[in-house]
Amino acid sequence: MAGENGKSKTKLLDELEKGPWPSFVTEIKKTSGVSPMCDDLLGQLELSYEEKKGHWKHGGIVGVLGYGGGVIGRYSDVPEQFPKVAHFHTMRVNQPSGWFYTSDALRTLCGIWEKHGSGLTNMHGSTGDIVFLGTKTDELEPIFAELTAAGFDLGGSGSCLRTPSACVGPARCEYACYDTLKICYDLTQAYQDELHRPPFPYKFKIKCAGCPNDCVAASARADLSIIGIWKDEIQQDDAAVAEYAANGLNIQKDVCDQCPTRCMSWDGKKLEIENRECVRCMHCINVMPKALQPGKERGAAILIGSKAPIVHGALLSSVLVPFVPEAELLETLQELMKRIWEFWDEYGKNRERVGELIQRVGLANFLDAIGLDPAPEMVNAPRDNPYIFLQKEEAK
Amino acid sequence: MTPTPRPKRITDIGPPSYEKFLPPVVKRNYGQWKYHEFLSPGVLCHVAESGEKLYTVRAASPRLLSVLTIRLFADLADKYCGGYLRFTSRNNVEFLLEDATNIEPLKADLAKAGYPAGGTGHTISNIVHTQGWVHCHSSATDASGLVKSMMDALFPYFNQDKLPGKLRIAVACCLNMCGAVHCSDIAVLGVHRKPPKINHDGLKKMCEVPTLIASCPTGAIRPATVDGKQSVEVIEEQCMYCGNCYTVCPAMPLNDPENDGISIWVGGKVSNARSEPKFTKLAIPFLPNNPPRWPEVVDAVKNIVEVYAAHAKPFERLGEWVERIGWPRFFELTGIPFTRYHIDDFRHAGLTYARSAHLRF
Repeated sequence: MAGENGKSKTKLLDELEKGPWPSFVTEIKKTSGVSPMCDDLLGQLELSYEEKKGHWKHGGIVGVLGYGGGVIGRYSDVPEQFPKVAHFHTMRVNQPSGWFYTSDALRTLCGIWEKHGSGLTNMHGSTGDIVFLGTKTDELEPIFAELTAAGFDLGGSGSCLRTPSACVGPARCEYACYDTLKICYDLTQAYQDELHRPPFPYKFKIKCAGCPNDCVAASARADLSIIGIWKDEIQQDDAAVAEYAANGLNIQKDVCDQCPTRCMSWDGKKLEIENRECVRCMHCINVMPKALQPGKERGAAILIGSKAPIVHGALLSSVLVPFVPEAELLETLQELMKRIWEFWDEYGKNRERVGELIQRVGLANFLDAIGLDPAPEMVNAPRDNPYIFLQKEEAK
Repeated sequence: MTPTPRPKRITDIGPPSYEKFLPPVVKRNYGQWKYHEFLSPGVLCHVAESGEKLYTVRAASPRLLSVLTIRLFADLADKYCGGYLRFTSRNNVEFLLEDATNIEPLKADLAKAGYPAGGTGHTISNIVHTQGWVHCHSSATDASGLVKSMMDALFPYFNQDKLPGKLRIAVACCLNMCGAVHCSDIAVLGVHRKPPKINHDGLKKMCEVPTLIASCPTGAIRPATVDGKQSVEVIEEQCMYCGNCYTVCPAMPLNDPENDGISIWVGGKVSNARSEPKFTKLAIPFLPNNPPRWPEVVDAVKNIVEVYAAHAKPFERLGEWVERIGWPRFFELTGIPFTRYHIDDFRHAGLTYARSAHLRF
């Protein structure tokens, strides 16, 4: 951005246009012709770089008619200096499953956003939405009308169901143990009300990963983590194993010795797998995709409760249902969610994620509440603590 | 007078079906993929049971994209792959090709436009990150600038497959962790280091006091009357600067240019391959915020990557490597000092103490 006397007004940010990695500063600069908001965004950002301090005010409730989520209000705290970003709201647009697009669909989105907003996006936000970055309150309704006319809708925010997301799944991955794209789409469609009108104590995230490699970080970032898994034996092609060995793969060292349960052995000719001891970690399959494949009896494990630190510390998801066959997955998930949400709505404190609720009341009580039987797959080990709260009917 | 009929409002339609956007080769082989190969950094080849092949070219993205860049990607997709493309969970763009002869021309066009191919196999793929000063009210640092600075320095690990295993980096500009950095190989986390500065004049108007008090994970906030105004006070020794109170109450800002900065965490993963998913652990409690290039952070991350690259065995993720060699050796090899801040003192802290005589010297 050229200032007076041809001197750049963004001395610090200009530094970030150098180097091999694509530059977000260049992205903002080149969008200047699309919307003058970009100039003031750069100006305010330069000020932040000078002062080492953000210049956005805290929230503000804005949205589209009838929705309680999908728009994040954002106002500058230096609006006199940068009037064009005085309002700079974000819209979250629900992405297609697996982030697949055609060039035409992208051009449609660009056309809407160029007309009504800053022309800047995030492809994509952390939860998975297309993020339209920066518009004014008056533009929200026109954008929404054009988006829905083009077949798009807003995603979740606040205490809504957050936009579900899915890995690439069966569209391009031989590891997919269920149709992540379809489950993600079907759940998103089934819960449009929960996605748009906040019904919960706090956010609820769903992520669909096709296998235990978990490319969408479901076990770390979703309240409900649906992780593809198989129940029967790894499919094995001995000729292809031999081919990997002939091509120089050290099967003993790089496959057998890396197996967490040491359930594989290799005598130089034949790979033996003790499938009863396999924990479906994916390592051997990742190393030899041509020779090994997940089994044929496929479905998903359902895990619950992961989240980032706020409020009471980070959690990873833990096992709720060890295996659901693919054919029963959608129905099982919907029934489970109904029961989970009912209990969470009743007992969850304000801003308490479901994982934190489980920590507070205990997994056993949670299982009682949602009507699931305890199973040894749910714990690393049985309790080592002898202080046991008995059920009333237990002792006479 | 009859009111002008308004166009029917369309709501709750959800996203368009993904099926509309799948390339024909994918539709023909949906769920029928047999295996895949890495052809070169940034290029994948998936082979279907039918024998058909799908080539993927993955390219770098700053995540913050102009509509002009998205149109450029759309044009390249039209030119090389029938208009079909996708984005990854780490914000890379992927072009889905049927014709292998288009791979190199597409890579050349992408490189020329400034979006080089890479990020597949044992590389550092794109850094997942948060909004930072570009769009967030609670950030202790910028995210995009940190990512740009680190990826410039680590670029040879993006476009060359030369690490022992995958290395996933994430940036979050405060403890809210929209970037969910708590399970990455290396996490760069913006931190506040001072209790909130309470705006006693505005608090009663802007905030619900019981909600505010309940928001504090350590119970450090209690009601107080300040200069005759209903407000709150913070027991400063109990504050660990998480920013929860600010999230529910704008009158509790934590931003402080003098004291905000960066912490570095290591050894997390989400994949189940070999070892279970794990959290990142503290490596460096504090580094200064030093825009525009954050040299201290870039050097620290580069050092950790290089030590890992030099010492880990094939396939080992950073956390798996450290578990094998032990944390004392990690601190010794990286030259990072171990301090009192590395010892947890929140919930379940005791579970992180070394409860055995398994010691390495």
